[in-house]
Amino acid sequence: MSTRTLVSPAALARPRGRAAYWTVFTGVVALFTLAFLFPVYWMATSAMKSPDEVAETPPTLVPRHWNLGGYTDAWDLMQLPQHLWNTVVQAAGAWLFQLVFCTAAAYALSKLRPAFGKVILGGILATLMVPVQALVVPKYLTVADLPLLHTSLLNDPLAIWLPAVANAFNLYLLKRFFDQIPRDVLEAAEIDGAGPLRTLWSIVLPMSRPVLGVVSIFALVAVWQDFLWPLMVFSDTDKQPISVALVQLSQNIQLTVLVAAMVIASIPMVALFLVFQRHIIAGISAGSTKG
Amino acid sequence: MTKTAARRTASAVPVHPVPAPPPVGGRRRRRLADQARAYGFLLGGLTCFALFSWYPAIRAVVIAFQKFTPGSPPEWVGTANFSRVLHDPEFGAAWRNTLTFTLLALLIGFAVPFVLALVLNELRHAKAFFRVVVYLPVMIPPVVSALLWKWFYDPGAGLANEALRFLHLPTSNWTNGADTALVSLVLVATWANMGGTVLIYLAALQSIPGELYEAAELDGANLLQRIRHVTIPQTRFVILMLMLLQIIATMQVFTEPFVITGGGPENATVTVLYLIYKYAFLYNDFGGACALSVMLLVLLGLFSALYLRLTRSGEEDA
Repeated sequence: MSTRTLVSPAALARPRGRAAYWTVFTGVVALFTLAFLFPVYWMATSAMKSPDEVAETPPTLVPRHWNLGGYTDAWDLMQLPQHLWNTVVQAAGAWLFQLVFCTAAAYALSKLRPAFGKVILGGILATLMVPVQALVVPKYLTVADLPLLHTSLLNDPLAIWLPAVANAFNLYLLKRFFDQIPRDVLEAAEIDGAGPLRTLWSIVLPMSRPVLGVVSIFALVAVWQDFLWPLMVFSDTDKQPISVALVQLSQNIQLTVLVAAMVIASIPMVALFLVFQRHIIAGISAGSTKG
Repeated sequence: MTKTAARRTASAVPVHPVPAPPPVGGRRRRRLADQARAYGFLLGGLTCFALFSWYPAIRAVVIAFQKFTPGSPPEWVGTANFSRVLHDPEFGAAWRNTLTFTLLALLIGFAVPFVLALVLNELRHAKAFFRVVVYLPVMIPPVVSALLWKWFYDPGAGLANEALRFLHLPTSNWTNGADTALVSLVLVATWANMGGTVLIYLAALQSIPGELYEAAELDGANLLQRIRHVTIPQTRFVILMLMLLQIIATMQVFTEPFVITGGGPENATVTVLYLIYKYAFLYNDFGGACALSVMLLVLLGLFSALYLRLTRSGEEDA
């Protein structure tokens, strides 16, 4: 059933080959468990130890007494509900703005033939060559004092939402997908009297669910994982997302409480991954072969 | 470079036959209305690109030659920002650290995932388990992985030294030693980011036709020879692409040094992006920060251009 790989099936069928296979298999399982699962286990269980037990050497593998005090303390003392909510608002807004504006722009570039469309697309793709982080300082100055309007978006979720739209990668992903939708389908809709907005909403978007899913996951993960940009634009502690708040508060807080907060901060994205793992992994694998 | 990219993309856009013009008059007005509608769709996206991508890129270059303090009018200062930054003792350290970090991350972050992917591709059981587990650290927020490893590296009750003691090996200073700090950070970054690379290599390995291995085996090639003459040439394009992407990403490293070491000990882990951050937010020297940004931009722009060129030529081959 499976295709031929480096080692031939015949070699694996021999007793020696089979022994070698199972040795390697066990080794890899052990290695993966130790390298990737154990740190997560360690984090989740250490938060349930008492402050004294965490500092013990050699450490205990299993907490002597399981108590959720670390988690409840983190929730209350570090104002986690506030910071989690900030992160949710920032991520959800960035997702929505990206979905609306990137989809509209990609659709226009792909199907509506705007004048200078090629120049615009070139300008957008050129930003792929400009690494995001290298431009954070001038971007910060722009957000702090918007041209023409002369307002500041600092400490406002708009400082996350609007720059998120300028995502050439997602826009190009959408445009390439729209390019594959045959023109006859859209022309048929046009003959039936549908305008571009109606065509986009009732025909293009329902056909594009896979790519919209990919873009949505990219958009959410990007905001949740970001650190430098929110560190710059949210100086107000009450507005900070969880990543920034964790670092700011990590200095003077008990270890068990900090570790519990780290676990809580990881849960949403890990849960998202476990739910959509098949799509996410398939997306990464497919993206690579297409380039 | 920008022009080439634009032209190449433009040529990739399929050209559709223009539909027959409507028989009635007012064709010109119709076209104008179509254009207005098209630009209506583009407006939001274009505004954001203009404000947060194109304008800052131009502004970085402009401010690099200015004395810039928010709230007061900027002054032209020529190349004073560049010379000030160049004479900063941290400048050399930051570039040296960034380049060493990139090189180490390339050595470790390239070799380990490739070998792992090779082995995983041979395993016929628990495939889903391996893929999920290796990608798990990627989904943990980078700040959390950084804080987690900071705790592991703790000289007191840190797990890293506990593990060494358990194995009766000499303990290490990890991030507290000037000569081990950078390598310790590379380990964190590799642990946290390796999942994506492994998955992409796996996909590339699966696209190698099995007949090539069969033919090589018939010609008497052993395992290592098959890797060398079949696997590596067949995945060369993906390897090169990922290497470039990784260089671009690791040259912008910030979170790990900021959270774990704060640039120390003795500037051993100050990176270029960290220095940019310091210039802007600690020294309030936006001119210096932009001068540094421009330097980083030019170098990374070269790598990015190379990357885009490669992916494009790869697409045309397919």
